[in-house]
Amino acid sequence: MDRTILGLLAILAAFLAGSLLLPSWAVSLATVALAKALVILGLLVLLRAGLVPFGQALFFALGAYGAGMALREAGSGDVVAGLFAGTAAAASAAVLLGFLMARYREIFFAMLSLAFSMLLYGLLVKNAALGGTDGFNVPAPTFLGWAPSPATARRVLLAVAAALAIGCHAAIHVYLRSTMGRLATAIRDNEIRVEYLGASVQRAIHVKFAIAGTLAGMGGVLTAFSAGHIDPGMSYWTASGEFVFVTVMGGAGSVLAPIAGSFLFEIVRTYAVEYAPQAWQAVVGAVLLVIILVLPGGLWSLFQRRRGTQPP
Amino acid sequence: MIRKSHSRGRGVLAAAAVAAVAAVAPASAQETMRLGVVTFVTGAAAGPFGIPARNAAELLIEAINAGKVPEPYAAKGIGGAAVEMILVDEAGTTTQVVQEYRNLVERRNADAVVGYISSGSCLAVTPVAEELKKLTVFFDCGTPRVFEEAARSYVFRTASHATMDGVGAARYVVEKLPDVKSYGGINQNYAWGQDSWRDFNLAMQALKPGIKVTTEQFPKLFQGQFSAEISALLLSGSDVVHSSFWNGDLESFVVQQSARALHTKSRLVLTAGETAMFRLGAKMPDGVVIGARGPFGVLARKTPLNDWFRQAYHDRFNVPATYPSYHMAHAILGLKAAADKAAAAAGKRPTTEQIAKAFEYLEFEGVGTKVRMAIGKGHQAITETAYGTYKFDKSTGEPTLVDITHYPAECVNPPDGVDSVEWIKSGMKGAKC
Repeated sequence: MDRTILGLLAILAAFLAGSLLLPSWAVSLATVALAKALVILGLLVLLRAGLVPFGQALFFALGAYGAGMALREAGSGDVVAGLFAGTAAAASAAVLLGFLMARYREIFFAMLSLAFSMLLYGLLVKNAALGGTDGFNVPAPTFLGWAPSPATARRVLLAVAAALAIGCHAAIHVYLRSTMGRLATAIRDNEIRVEYLGASVQRAIHVKFAIAGTLAGMGGVLTAFSAGHIDPGMSYWTASGEFVFVTVMGGAGSVLAPIAGSFLFEIVRTYAVEYAPQAWQAVVGAVLLVIILVLPGGLWSLFQRRRGTQPP
Repeated sequence: MIRKSHSRGRGVLAAAAVAAVAAVAPASAQETMRLGVVTFVTGAAAGPFGIPARNAAELLIEAINAGKVPEPYAAKGIGGAAVEMILVDEAGTTTQVVQEYRNLVERRNADAVVGYISSGSCLAVTPVAEELKKLTVFFDCGTPRVFEEAARSYVFRTASHATMDGVGAARYVVEKLPDVKSYGGINQNYAWGQDSWRDFNLAMQALKPGIKVTTEQFPKLFQGQFSAEISALLLSGSDVVHSSFWNGDLESFVVQQSARALHTKSRLVLTAGETAMFRLGAKMPDGVVIGARGPFGVLARKTPLNDWFRQAYHDRFNVPATYPSYHMAHAILGLKAAADKAAAAAGKRPTTEQIAKAFEYLEFEGVGTKVRMAIGKGHQAITETAYGTYKFDKSTGEPTLVDITHYPAECVNPPDGVDSVEWIKSGMKGAKC
């Protein structure tokens, strides 16, 4: 087993222990950080191929709304059902949109994805049945018929989120080391050569786009359960911007980077809000600026430097 | 007259409560109550709403700790405990608002939370407050859904919900312009704008069945540039134009429409206009109908408490107190009234449950008017409301409101247990005006 997988297993063990031991405010913070790490993991897959979508919140919101609407219809709070419904909604949208998106690159790709996310935002804002901009509540989480006390449910939700997130990170790690995964760097460098080698660039990007959308949808479902509320702000461009921001902060070097970046971001923001209630955005922005100036490869380059550069 | 003797009677009662609290004060003198105050201190809603609310919270908490608030709130502290304020920004995503609420309660050990301007924040925080069993008082958010979707145990709101604003505006329009034949609206395209228009529209139809609706304009939030919408409103020939605009949108709209003289063709009704009138001054045309989401600011009743509040606020911040300041003051005073009552009954520092119990169906003296926690099973306040007509006093350079009409609480709020939209649709059945 390679070191990344071992690292992921250690992180999973830490989260499972954390789900029992952490104070309750940290439990929900960790759940949200893991949920967002899933979205950022998807962005990392695209970033490897040189693609940055400015509308990933589209799938994040689709996951949340897919789960929220299905559960509201069913009158249940089942996390498993919610995960299936929300992830399926986001995944099918990503597969469909992928036919179009796989034909675009660079700024056109970024702007087109932004346009789709704002389209969803516009639809949700006008929808009075879904509460418009106010959104609606998601029922308290239950697990396959088991309805623990709210405090316990939060801890179980963290354990579920950790298992899912770490599983996905391991799967993406394996994918990135496969031929299809390694194709990403080649696509970023020279698409024509990739085509001459006999691979379809468009299909490779379509697959990556679908993977990223599915992961974002899963992250959206977990966020919805953790926050207990869904609103159209989840698909607004600032949400997409935040994901890109954290992706850049973490770096694209390893699948461990999204987890590190996501956690650092949530923790920095939490303490910035506490110690600088009227200037916390400036603090968060300054931290990103410092990271980009000092570590152009993102947080992850800290670890790479120590170990010597080696391919992921 | 009746009002006056009534409040004197309440004063005696309050004095008795004060005496009871004072008796237990030495034991709890060192105790503090950590009060989370959540409001927009950054972003678009900070200027008109968040900062005035934060200012009021700072002013009141200091005065409460010093025992300087006039009767019936002269007793020091809340429930006998000195108050320590923890300020938190409401800006950010709803997920972040929920996380910050958890941080406030679970990490920073807030004993109670007062806050929230956005209806989305209130809806998202409500289930968490119930889960964590933490007393939470909403001071400003408008949506009736908070207490109409389910009964709540730990969540209260000391401001009337937004139904009152639409119904009050419609009553004022029909009263002052008896021959009104048509009306249109321009509202921001998000929940507050959509709900405000819905309530005003339904109330107008209930008061004057069959009256003509000319145009419904829904520009997007913070659009800032309304030439197309103003053209549509000018062409519509409406007698009345309703708007729940706030912030930069409100100021831009007023200035842009003045240039094209929309206000000379249609009577403008600005339900949240009071937050902008002092900044606009002479740029706001005379004759515009102005609301303050209750009898607040220049629409407030003249009481010793209000005189003190306006003076203290102006002395400290050099601007007049607008309605968000009043809303915040009501939330803190309501919490104090409930906690002091619970402390008097318990004979010691009350528990959260005891305060919540005392809060239900509580009646307390607010700064602008009297507040009754009469609906939503005793968790949702109703107050009277007032509308006035703008007049810029050229001699003093002061914005004023004339032709002020007050509407009693039962006239503009639904009865307990009745869904607000259904109530307006039913022709406001049971309204006592």
